[in-house]
Amino acid sequence: MQTRGDTFFKNVLFISGISIVVILAAIFLSLLLSSSLSIKTFGIKFLLGREWDPVQKNFGALPFVLGTILTSFLSLIICAPFAIAISLFLGEYFAKGKISTLVSTMIELLAGIPSVIYGFWGLFVIVPLVRDLEIKFNIIPYGVGIFTASIILAIMIIPYAASISREVITMVPSNLKEAAYSLGATKYEVIKKIIIPYCRSGIFASMLLALGRALGETMAVTMVIGNSNDLPQNIFSPSNTMASVIANEFAEASGDIYLSSLIEIALLLLIITFLINIAGKFVLKRLSVV
Amino acid sequence: MNIKEERKITLRIIKDFFFKVVVGVISITSILPLFLILFYIIKRGISSISWNFLTNLPKPVGEIGGGISNAIVGTILLVLVACVISIPLGVLVGLYISEEKKGRLAAVVSLCAESLQSIPSIVIGIIAYIWIVKPMGHFSAFSGSVALALMMLPIVVKAAEETLLLLPDTLKEASLALGVPYYKTVLKVILPAGFSGIMTGILLGVARIAGETAPLLFTAFGNPFMNLNILKPVHSLPLLIFTYAISPYEEWQKLAWGASLVLIFLVLLLNLISKVIVRRWKIQF
Repeated sequence: MQTRGDTFFKNVLFISGISIVVILAAIFLSLLLSSSLSIKTFGIKFLLGREWDPVQKNFGALPFVLGTILTSFLSLIICAPFAIAISLFLGEYFAKGKISTLVSTMIELLAGIPSVIYGFWGLFVIVPLVRDLEIKFNIIPYGVGIFTASIILAIMIIPYAASISREVITMVPSNLKEAAYSLGATKYEVIKKIIIPYCRSGIFASMLLALGRALGETMAVTMVIGNSNDLPQNIFSPSNTMASVIANEFAEASGDIYLSSLIEIALLLLIITFLINIAGKFVLKRLSVV
Repeated sequence: MNIKEERKITLRIIKDFFFKVVVGVISITSILPLFLILFYIIKRGISSISWNFLTNLPKPVGEIGGGISNAIVGTILLVLVACVISIPLGVLVGLYISEEKKGRLAAVVSLCAESLQSIPSIVIGIIAYIWIVKPMGHFSAFSGSVALALMMLPIVVKAAEETLLLLPDTLKEASLALGVPYYKTVLKVILPAGFSGIMTGILLGVARIAGETAPLLFTAFGNPFMNLNILKPVHSLPLLIFTYAISPYEEWQKLAWGASLVLIFLVLLLNLISKVIVRRWKIQF
């Protein structure tokens, strides 16, 4: 039996559910509409253009695309060994008990620190260190740049990659491990021959999801990357990412085409992070079925 | 066993031990940044914390003193309005997904919430700009709140969904069998049962958006004066940290260190409280 109140309540729930779908669709549509001017004007050249010239109204996003790719992949390379070590530490060596709770709480807290504070800290602690390093190796000592941004980003994404990898590692069937132990394998051998092969795709998925995070991180990167709109020469040169150029220039962008170009960069960034996240989730879902 | 085999076994044990040490050292190293950041911020920020710092407005460059009261009030205002938007909607969506768990549309809604969560914060800022700032013609606290609400919404949805899906169907059936209407069952039986999980999600969401800067750059925009009008620009702690941190003036940087200490304390406290709630009031059936 359904009363009138029930019908009303069910309708409210239904509308709320649908609203999320509508919001997501509206986000895509608004970005697409607002960037249509730049899409029409520059076409595919927008992606390959090296010039970013608000005065001449000529916009190409290649420096930012390259900057984004370089920083996020470099940060992923730095992040990977740490994330895998933590997940082994929490998932295999200290799966239960006080140490595990303590360490995992701290890692969660690390994930909770606001991006702007990472940036601020990086600006005053990491930048001088990198500058010293650059002087030692005879590189122009900017201090800020892709390398510095990657270090900060790596610290920021380690918690994400580690927590997902840990979950995958705890999913390894215990009879597989027990079989290996009963044959006399050491823990190192179990990790190398059972856990890592079993978890390979899951760890890969965790890296993909961390990459999705790294691509969209804005404030910390904006503060330490040096904000140069030229093509990056090497991993030490100052650069800009897609997110940081929006953060830097959006509020001051004058003229429709300038604004539209920045919004197109946001649209591109959104599409890239979506694809990477979907890929990562797809791999994880397939794993949990097994 | 001959000596050769024994040596082999010793070598394997040494290898095992060595690997254990390496894993341990690398894991401990990765927690180090947490302490380094905390230590550095406390060292730099503690000297500026005082009653005046928390209650005064920032002073122009050159004048000593000045506080961050406008940013504290602004953050509270932004977060409150964002909560008002996102909590009711988020809980309702979570209810919808958990009530229709077999429906295909519910799966789509759940997927959309996850996708919403993966959108970079800077892109959310642009959305709020297009939706609110542009039609209104000026920056406002409200547009910032909408951006923050969009970021908090999927966190609340996911928390509500995951908690409510854990509730046993018998709970609902018992209530319905007593003749309680469906909507009352949901509001008075199911929601209270999932309260702790939803609350954790809300706290984590607040912690997340309280420290968010990027979408506020071109929505709330910042305001050196005290403002309680949600239709005008407003300052916030993270935004103040950003603008003052990259400024060349030492007094402003000092304010930024103090503000960082306040913000980090607030955010980590919220994170810890949510962890305590999970452990204390974990739903068990």
